[in-house]
This record gives sequence, C-alpha cells and structure tokens, in this order.
Amino acid sequence: MKQETLTLVSKRALTERVTELVLEGVTEPMKPGQFVNLAVPGFSLRRPISVCDCRGGQLNLVIRRQGRGTEELTAMEPGQTADVLTGLGNGYDLTRAGEAPVLAGGGVGVPPLYYLARMLRGRGLPVAVCLGFNTASEVFYEEEFRALGCDTRVATADGSYGTKGFVTAVLPEGSYFYACGPVPMLRALTKLAMPGEMSLEARMGCGFGACMGCSQRMAGGMRRICREGPVFRKEEILWDA
Amino acid sequence: MGRLNVELCGIPLDNPVIPASGTFGFGYEFAELYDINCLGTLSFKGTTLQPRDGNPLPRIAETPAGMLNAVGLQNPGVDAVLSEELPRLFSVFHKPVMANVSGFSVEDYTEVVRRLEAEPRIGWYEINISCPNVHGGGMSFGTDPHAAASVVSAARKVTKKPLIIKLSPNVTSITDIAKACEDAGADGISLINTLLGMRIDLATRRPVIANRTGGLSGPAVFPVALRMVWDVARAVSVPVVGLGGVSSAEDVLEMMMAGAAAVEVGAANLVSPYACRDIIGALPAAMDRYGIRTLKELRQ
Repeated sequence: MKQETLTLVSKRALTERVTELVLEGVTEPMKPGQFVNLAVPGFSLRRPISVCDCRGGQLNLVIRRQGRGTEELTAMEPGQTADVLTGLGNGYDLTRAGEAPVLAGGGVGVPPLYYLARMLRGRGLPVAVCLGFNTASEVFYEEEFRALGCDTRVATADGSYGTKGFVTAVLPEGSYFYACGPVPMLRALTKLAMPGEMSLEARMGCGFGACMGCSQRMAGGMRRICREGPVFRKEEILWDA
Repeated sequence: MGRLNVELCGIPLDNPVIPASGTFGFGYEFAELYDINCLGTLSFKGTTLQPRDGNPLPRIAETPAGMLNAVGLQNPGVDAVLSEELPRLFSVFHKPVMANVSGFSVEDYTEVVRRLEAEPRIGWYEINISCPNVHGGGMSFGTDPHAAASVVSAARKVTKKPLIIKLSPNVTSITDIAKACEDAGADGISLINTLLGMRIDLATRRPVIANRTGGLSGPAVFPVALRMVWDVARAVSVPVVGLGGVSSAEDVLEMMMAGAAAVEVGAANLVSPYACRDIIGALPAAMDRYGIRTLKELRQ
C-alpha cells in the first residue's frame, strides 16, 4: 500500500454510465486484480476501484456511476489530482493459468480482467475472454480485449448484442478461470469443473485491513476481502456462510 | 519534558494521540507505512474470551461527515491475541499498549483481563461496556450504572493496572454511568463509543447494514463527544480520554480544553492511514497558533 497523489490525464465515456479515467504518477507497480481506494472531496469514505491497467506510472480505472461519490469521481477534469491509496489487495495468481486460461467478467467486473489479459498474453498464452452485460448499450472494452489478441466473446442478458444469456453461455473449456462480476455469475462459475479464482466486492471502511468492515468467513477462516482478497480461489468461498 | 508530553493514569505518554480500538487492528498494517512508535500508545482491537466472527456483510455505510459500522467485535479471542497478535504488535511497537476488552458477562470481562495479565507490556485496560453492535452484553453493561459498576468492581479484583472504562453515548445521563464506574474503582473513563444509527437503501428499501443498525463515528459526532467529555470531566476526578470524530490537531486541543487527559482517534484512521502521525506532526504548530506552550498547561 502507498498513498499517492495522482493526476488525471484523460477520460473517456465508455457507455452512458461508465467512464474510463487515466491517471498519472504511480510510483509502485500494481498487479492485476489489485485495487486502489480513492478519496472523494466532501465524502467520508474512500471509493475502492479495481485496477483496469497499470503501466509506466499510468493507472487506468473504469468507473460506473453508482451514486454521488462515483458521480464526483467521474466528473474530475484532466489536470485535477486525486488522493489515492494504491497497491491494495492480493491480486490474481497468474501462475495458476495453465495452458488455456478463461477470463469471465460481468458488467463493471470486466475492468480488472483487462490488465490480467494483457499480462497473460505477455506470457504468450492464448486467452479466452467472456464478457457479460445486461444490454447492447452497456457493452464496453470488447475491442480492447480483441486488440490484445484474446478470443473475445460477448453475451447480453436481453440478447441485444452477441449471444443471448449470461457469461456462462459463451464460456469455452479451459485450464483455469479468472472472474469478476455479480454474485450470481460467480456462483454459477463455482459450479464448473474448471478450477478458478474470482474477485469479490464489498462495502469497505478502510480498504487496507484495519477496520474488519469487509471480513467474512471463508473455508480457511475469517478473511478480509480488502486484504487477504479481493481474489479468492473458488473452493475458499462459502457462499451461504 | 517535551511540549506534547502528557500522563495517563500515572503512565507517561510522549503525546496524547491514541488510535482508537477497532480502527487500527493490532497496529502492524500501519507499521508497514510509518514508524508507529510516534504514537502516544494504541488501543488494540476489542478482545473477547472466545473468537468471534462478527456480523454478516455489509457492515459499513457512509453518512454525511461520518460512517456507520456494525463489525460486531470480530476478533480471534484472547488466547490467539496473546499468542499471535501481540507478538506481532510488539515486534513493531515498543511502548505500553492499551488492551481493549469486551464481554458478554461479568465473568467474560474478568477472565479476559486475567489472561491478559500474562502480558507485561499492557499498560492500561480499556474496558468496553459500550459496543452497540452485539446482542447481550456489550452496550447493555454501559447503559445501567449498577451493571457498569459490577463489571468495574469485578475487573478491579483481577488487576492492579489502570482500568479505563469506555462509555456509550446512547444513555440518558453519561455522567451517572461515569460516576458509578469511578465509585467502583475505575482509574479513568474513555468516551464516546459510537452513536447508534441507521441508513436505508432507497433502491432495495432495506437497511444498508445487515445488522440493521450500526455505530456512527467520524467528524459528525465530534460536538456530541466534546460535550460529553466536558460533562464527565467535571463529574469525576479520574482522568478522561476523549474520543469521537477527532480528525485534526485542533480537534485534539479542543478535546483537551474540554478536560481530556488524552485523545483517541478512530474513523480518521480509515480515511487516511497516516491520520495519527499527521495529527501528532501538526500539534506543535497548532499549539503555537493558540499560544499553548505545553499540553500539560491545558490540564491545569
């Protein structure tokens, strides 16, 4: 963890509610699956956001406007700075990928998979990416994944784009899955024979392990989603605990 | 003697700033960021006899100028605290610590204190009779003067170390509770624990927090805490530790002017992990601005 002052260098709307921010000034590299915690002026708690990409001191974040805090964040203008706690959480374990990893993302769970896909492609692995959205107007990052050379498949719940259905409708066989998305999607993935791991989301107090605001019981005992997570192997998660 | 030196129940502190229990774990996450020996002391995570999982998620909700939490005293239990957490804490912190103790019966409290007596680096016990997020025990001891006194007098029998009793603001007369604790043998009073509160999610029409209610902390509660510290400091003769929404050096001075001998910092640690270090660093300049030579002079 590090507290950094980052400067917004650009932003771009991906959909009506989703915005990509590019910030500059990161002094320590982060891993795929880690997150940052951004202070929002006028709000008491920081906003935890997963790392979408990180290279050369630049940090890409993809933020969905969910409430007033994320409205404020995405209203930032280039040149403005943000107080950011960087390098939080454990990240995905790239060593488990095997020969044919499958990445599954749902909605605003898609962004952390981009950095992961880039790193896995960097290791010369074929990467299948399955993206699930509610409807055509909410689809983002399909082209970005294709540009990395990923076998990219899109599903929409209403069938207005790609295959009709959930992520599981387009999921190929693979050696290992990496996921991030809504709980029903993650639960469905857990039932697959394929081994894998997934990033969980929680309301957090601090984001760095001090407050126990996001702890829950896992197979190995109590775990802080912000500290021992947010990524857990599927067999660790006790869905009905 | 430095300008920031104070004393709490006969034990000298380099400065009055103490991270509040439940916002600082056992210190070692923060020690990755800075040398936590700059702190006066720290009050470690509330410890119970048995391990506790705490409440289901969500446990946290944001509020204007504050937050609600309903963690529910998650902790590994006193034996694991002694064998695992405290050795890690003492590898990075070399001053006497404040042991925060919670329970669900008088016997729980005394047994936890009795076991912690094995650890000589504990300087003070902070007996939490004010947790609003557990059922049975916790705050129920802190809302009745007789129940509060029964915990204090029982704990008094198992330790000679200073007993600081942490009080709940969710009462009609906090001074009555404070006086009952003093009469039962308390060496100090800390206040306030969180104020009971609630948020409802407009979309789901359900409480945001799974426990339905939670404890309000953060700058929103500072004036309430300050008023109660003022009242209690005038009602008892033992030292008072002030807490509730403290987030700046100025807040520390205000608490001490209200009568606090030392000051705990809680929610601010969660927003900035450097909060306590920064508050301590800012104290001398803040004192200069208000013509305060030493913090001790605020106590006279």
